[in-house]
Amino acid sequence: MSDLRELYQQVIMDHNKRPRNFREIEKANHLAHGNNPLCGDKLVVYLKLDGDKIDDVSFKGSGCAISMASASLMTEALKGKTIDEAQAIYEQVHKSMTGEETDRNLLGKLEVLSGVKEFPARVKCATLSWHTVHAAIDSDHDISISTE
Amino acid sequence: MSNLNINTIRVDFPILHQEINGYPLVYLDNAATSQKPRQVIDAVSHYYLHDNANIHRGVHKLSQRATDLYEAARGKVRQFVNANSDKEIIFTRGATEAINLVAQSFVRPKLQANDEILISHLEHHANIVPWQILCEQTGAKLKVIPMTQTGELDLTQFDTMLTERTKILAIGHVSNALGTINPVKAMTEKAHAKNIPVLIDGAQAVPHMTVDVQDLNCDFYVFSGHKMFAPTGIGALYGREDLLNAMPPYQGGGDMILSVSFEKTIYNELPAKFEAGTPNISGVIGLGAAIDYMWQVGIDNIAAQEHHLLEIATRKIESLPGVNIIGTAAEKAAVISFMIEGVHPHDVGTIFDQQGVAIRTGHHCAQPVMEFYDIPATARASFAFYNSEEEVDALINAIQKTQELFA
Repeated sequence: MSDLRELYQQVIMDHNKRPRNFREIEKANHLAHGNNPLCGDKLVVYLKLDGDKIDDVSFKGSGCAISMASASLMTEALKGKTIDEAQAIYEQVHKSMTGEETDRNLLGKLEVLSGVKEFPARVKCATLSWHTVHAAIDSDHDISISTE
Repeated sequence: MSNLNINTIRVDFPILHQEINGYPLVYLDNAATSQKPRQVIDAVSHYYLHDNANIHRGVHKLSQRATDLYEAARGKVRQFVNANSDKEIIFTRGATEAINLVAQSFVRPKLQANDEILISHLEHHANIVPWQILCEQTGAKLKVIPMTQTGELDLTQFDTMLTERTKILAIGHVSNALGTINPVKAMTEKAHAKNIPVLIDGAQAVPHMTVDVQDLNCDFYVFSGHKMFAPTGIGALYGREDLLNAMPPYQGGGDMILSVSFEKTIYNELPAKFEAGTPNISGVIGLGAAIDYMWQVGIDNIAAQEHHLLEIATRKIESLPGVNIIGTAAEKAAVISFMIEGVHPHDVGTIFDQQGVAIRTGHHCAQPVMEFYDIPATARASFAFYNSEEEVDALINAIQKTQELFA
């Protein structure tokens, strides 16, 4: 059960129960739908970009604890960052989930997500919101992405 | 209670004797696929070690042996579902391919725009999508028998849904997502009263109960081998001989012909007409061995043991606070779909797996059923006769551990 505690850490449980930035952004100028058809996780990521700065980022949707907590932590981490900074964080998160060497300063609190590396079937739960925000940044119209 | 000695039975299933994450494996995902007894594994292995050759051709000894084994298995399948003749048993890749075969070869030639195909809300995607493809091809309409909160078919409007436009009624015998046993015999009788042919998807029924296609009086019955202790990639279509005879072939190729020239090809007789190309010979032999095995254990014993497990598991789960069973039909196979309050089914699956308990989590290829209950997924425990009462306790324990972790 020790791996389980590693996966379902207190931070994850807390963000699952009380997801941060769980709302629509009325004046969002970027938006993307993320969908994991295998387990039914669905979310929408809203972005308000001011030039290359992320003014506001939020999400709505439903899914497992890992996908909800990951989305919630993501919004906290990316708010106020530039697109380049967001990209760097995204890469660190991805590395942490696949067991690669990471930059702890950049990763910060997001390190709790690295617990999924022991659970290959769950990696896509944790990456869904990150893929979705990536798609939202790259596109200036409403787009849908799907993991699986 | 059944007459089975579970410990003796479990010796036949070598895969069950292993640890997962430091716990004994508790395999409760039988509705997805069943485990295979040594007798089936040995039959497949023996075929490849001693008898492997192509069938229905070649005069050499191995080809004769392979052909004999292949056709003997067809005879077992005929007896297993009590068909009238071996010609009525067509080997397919599984229930899915069998439904597609009937859709394209039997229904499609008769269909006109605005004709109707009647299915139910409880169907597996395999008994939805082939009909939707057919509707796209022909302009026919898909009609759906609704379901009730308990997970049973709502048959109040059934009579009026059977119209002169209905060209087939295609229904599952047992729901894979909820375990509901549908009243297929009575439904077939009503459809036949209006001359509507009936296909029954028996993928979830044949592993658990005696099926008699003549008693059901259905026109087509389909099932997969892998859910009844046989290998994957093999299944069967039962079809009434007169209907199969009148149908065009589904696929063209070797073995389904009597003679071929560039001017004209003459198709083979039943059942070869529907078995183009070299078939899954070892799979068919494995399917025959699985039927032998089920007969040896006794299908009544299998049904009794599974019913016993269903009853005690249902009672124990119902006594747990914060756990809801989805699908509470009066007649059920040994399938329990459930939700743990405050825990997403996908998390449930991971936590169970850490305790060696293998269950299915997800939509179970029955998304309309999930939509009906307005849930994204369920956790599903499904039992086979080789499961024990101790394994029911392991399931209950896993639920409680999950609740502790998420408390």
